[in-house]
Order: sequence, then C-alpha cells, then structure tokens
Amino acid sequence: MGYTKRMLWMIPLMLAISFLSFGLVRMAPGGPFDRERKPASPEIERRIREKYHLDEPVLKQYGRYLMGILGGDLGPSLKYRNHTVTEIVVQGLPISMGLGLCAFVCALGLGIPLGLYTAARKGGFGEVAGTFLAVLLVSVPGFVIGPLLVMELGIRWRLLPVALLESPAHWILPVVTLGLYFAGRVARLLREGMLSVRNADFVMAARSKGLSDLEVMLRHTFRIGVLPVVSYSGPMLADLMTGSFVVENLFQIPGMGVFMVNSSLSRDYTMIVGLVLVYAWLLLVLNLVVDMAYRVLDPRIRHED
Amino acid sequence: MKTEPTAVARGDSRSRAWGRFASQRVAVCGAWVLVVCMTILLLWPWVQQFDPAMIGDRQFSAPDAEHWLGTDVHGRDMLSRVMHGARMSMLVGLAGAGVSLVIGVIWGALAGYVGGRLDAMMMRLVDILYSLPSIIFVIVLITTLEGVVKRWMSGLVTSEFASVTRVTLLFVGLGGVSWLTMSRIVRGQVMALRDRPFVVASRALGAGQWHILRRHILPNILGVVVVYATLTVPAVVLYESFLSFLGLGIQPPQASLGSLIAEGASQINSVRIYWWLIAYPSVVLAGLLMVLSFLGDGLRDALEVRSD
Repeated sequence: MGYTKRMLWMIPLMLAISFLSFGLVRMAPGGPFDRERKPASPEIERRIREKYHLDEPVLKQYGRYLMGILGGDLGPSLKYRNHTVTEIVVQGLPISMGLGLCAFVCALGLGIPLGLYTAARKGGFGEVAGTFLAVLLVSVPGFVIGPLLVMELGIRWRLLPVALLESPAHWILPVVTLGLYFAGRVARLLREGMLSVRNADFVMAARSKGLSDLEVMLRHTFRIGVLPVVSYSGPMLADLMTGSFVVENLFQIPGMGVFMVNSSLSRDYTMIVGLVLVYAWLLLVLNLVVDMAYRVLDPRIRHED
Repeated sequence: MKTEPTAVARGDSRSRAWGRFASQRVAVCGAWVLVVCMTILLLWPWVQQFDPAMIGDRQFSAPDAEHWLGTDVHGRDMLSRVMHGARMSMLVGLAGAGVSLVIGVIWGALAGYVGGRLDAMMMRLVDILYSLPSIIFVIVLITTLEGVVKRWMSGLVTSEFASVTRVTLLFVGLGGVSWLTMSRIVRGQVMALRDRPFVVASRALGAGQWHILRRHILPNILGVVVVYATLTVPAVVLYESFLSFLGLGIQPPQASLGSLIAEGASQINSVRIYWWLIAYPSVVLAGLLMVLSFLGDGLRDALEVRSD
C-alpha cells in the first residue's frame, strides 16, 4: 500500500521543515528582546541571551532544540515568559481544533449542496445565481464578513452572542465567519468536478439505463465529482484547525491563530518553529488520511488493486 | 507546406476556445467590467477632484454632493482614497501574480523537462514549502528582505524610497509564496509534452534543448499558465488586503483596500459608526475580487484547464 513508506518519509520531511523554519526566522532582522524596555545594562541583556542559549552557534541551538522535541518539549516561549511553547499549544490547539472542525462541517454543509445545485442547473438561471453566490463567498474576506455579521445579527437584532465561547449559541457566529469562505471554495471545486465527468461513459450508461437525473447525479456523478473536494479537505482542515487570526481576534477566542501572527512579529523564535511544526505535522497527517479516503472513495483506483 | 496544417489547426482551436469563452456570458461580462474598471483606475489621477492625501476641514462628513463617499478622520476625500487604494491593490495583485508566474514556470519547466533526480528533489522541496504555514512564511520573508535591503541601501534612504521598497517587497513576498501550485501544473504539462511525437521529431532533427523549450514546450503551456496566473491575481489581492489589515502590508500615507478597511474598523466605537469608511472599500474589494474570479473561471472553462 505504501502507507508505511509515506509515514517514514514524514520523519525526514519534518526534519527538513524544522531546519528550514529555524534557519529562516534567524535570518530575519531584530530579536525577541528588541521591543522591551532597554535592559538596565548590556550585562543583563547578555545574561538573558545566555539563559535562552541565544549566544551559542545556531547549529548547536538547533541540535539542542531537536533533542528537546524528542522529549515533547518545544522550548520556552521567548515572549510569554514562564510559559513553554508546549503549554501554550496544549491550551490553544484544542479550542482552535474544535472551532475548525465545526467550520469544516459548516463549509461542507453549505458548499456541497450549493455545488450540486449549480452543477445540476448547468446553463440555466440557477447556475448563474449559484455561481455568483459561490464567488461572492470567496471574494468577501473574513475581516469584512465577520464585523458585518456581528453588527447585524449580534448588535442590531440581538439574536446571537458576539464574543467568548460559553454556550453553543456562542459558537455560531465564529463558525459561520470561518466557514463561509471555505464553503465557497468547496462549492466551486465540486461544480468543477461534477462538470468534468458530466459526459463520461459511465454517466451515459447510467442515464441510458433510465435512471432519473437526480439518481444519476447522486449515485454516479457525485462519487467522482466529489474527489477534488476530498483532496482539498486535507489542506482546508489544517488551515481551519490551526485557527484564524481574524476570527479569534474578533470574537475573543483563546486559540492558536493569534499566536501564528504575533509570534512571527515579535520574533518569538521557539514559538514560530513550534507552530510551524504543529501545522506541518497536522497537514502531513491529514493529507495521508485524505489519500486513504481517496482510495476508498474512487472506484477507479480501488479496482486497480 | 509543412507548417500550413498546424497553423490552421492552431487557429482553429484558438477560435474554438474563444467561442467557448464568449459563450460564458458571465465571464465576458466580467472581462468587460474589468476593462472598464482598469481604465477608470488608470486614469483616475488625472480626473480626480481631490488629492487623496489632501487634508480638509470637514472630518467624518457623511457622503454628500461634494465628497461622494464622505471624508475620513483627517477630512480626506474617501472616493479618491478608495480609488488610489484599489490602484495599489491591483498593482500588488498583478505584480505578485507575475512574480509567482516567473518562479513557477521556471521551476516547473525545469523539473518536468530534466526529470529524474533533479525533478524528484525540486518537487520534494515544493512539498516541504507546501507544508509551511504561509502566513508565517510571508511575514518572515518580508521582514527579512526589508532588513537586507535596508542594510544595502543605508545612507540613501528617503521616505519615498522606503515606501517603494515596501510595495516591491510585498509583491516579491506574496509571489514568493504563491508559485507552488503553478510549478506543479507546469511540471505536469511539460512532462506530458516532453515525449509527444512532434517534440521527439524535433529532437531527432537535431534541435537543441533551448530551442525545444522555447519553440515547442513554452508555447503549448502558455494557455494553462495564463489561466492559472489569472486565478492567482485575486488570491494575491486577498492576501495583500489581509496583511494590510494586520498593518503589515502597505504603510501610510499610501493605502490599499485592506488598510482602508482596517482604518475604518479602527474608527468604530460605541457612540457612532462611520459606516462609509468601511463599507465602500469593502464593496470595492469584494467587487474587484469577484470580477477577477469570474474572468479566471471563464478562461479556465474555455481552455479546459484542470487545476489538479
């Protein structure tokens, strides 16, 4: 099957990714302690650098970092004192993952019907309207749609709470804000996939058996047409589960997305590399899962075995 | 004699593609709207009534006959600011897509054409870059490059020069993270073309590698490349607006649509909402992105390019 080989490949891949990101953040000008109040003396600054081993050669630091990772330690955060990166990830990631999973369901729940509808109404007004809606969804950035939803649904109509995560109702606005863009992407991919097999032989065969359009679409075309969506869902889930800066900032959610932006701004070296590794690991694992799902779903691959 | 049939066939397929494109009414509408928008944006500095940087006495005035889209915190005309912001966003989008096109085509064509070990290595690197979160990558890339440029240019830095470097870095950085898919598509196309009979024939006739690449491979992947570049433009515009919204993109006094939206959002308070500061740049941004997407989709459907 080759899955063992791919899982083994993940080790050198992760090593390369960690090396690349470690080197890249060190090349950026400025350091993690630049924006603090000026230290009392160069002596103190030297001691701080010594404490975090920043005075050593970069390669030696990298080696030390890798040894730490083997023990599950991503190192101390240079910006959030007295917190390790592992602690911050362990606190934030489950929240972001929960939110991301809900947004994923929301994206599929809205995107798949919309994509099917536009594919089914090919050539009619329904297609134009549906495509328009899908393009609109991918064209309105989250930092526009989020405040709009908050102002209308949250403040003017007082239907939904606008911040924090206390009851299920609190989840609705952030999940929708996060999911709408991806729903548009899913709808577009599904339409493209459905139309690409519209005239394939097996669809013709199904149609000539006398199946209704709806049955042909759901039982035959959909199984192939959904495949682009399947392969997109790996990267989509990785993006969603590591959190979004805009949504977490807007709704005051203590997830990971805020750290993604802030850590690279404040040159929090260990935090940046830690987050890159978490993201990359998630992406690699999810892509593997997606490929497995692909094998199960695509009859063309399945019968080759 | 020999070139005759191919020329006809090519003209034919081109006109067929054009026919399919024209049948995509939405895409054609998009193309026309885009042409009109671009003309207005290009000519705007010569027809504007107010300079976008001109500070006026009337702060936060709502849209009226004098200032069609109202004014901002410094009494600057919003219509002019939105227009100049849209110019900036489009500039970054087009240039960023251009950068990603150049890197992606060179990378993909080289990997696909040479093949073997080099191909495996180059594509493995693309895989690695795919698994880095691009937001961190962009921020680090932009700040790193900025530091390098500043070190080079220390001494002759004026404020005008600094803003030009910022814009340049922005599209180099954005192009630097958006070429991955382009390179994969180009590689696939080149690999499919490499062993086609007409290329093999050309090689048998003694044509050099460079000649084959330039005369046979590149013209044949041009359509795919242009379509995908068209689809990259809105992605880069969206990314730029996000960075500018965070305050990492275009710096004042220059503005892009993203930084205008951020500025409008920062003026929201519980007493009054100056809706025109946020609504107009948002509408223009969404409209621009939609038109670009419709055009790209239409082109893709017409040329039957698949992105996977």
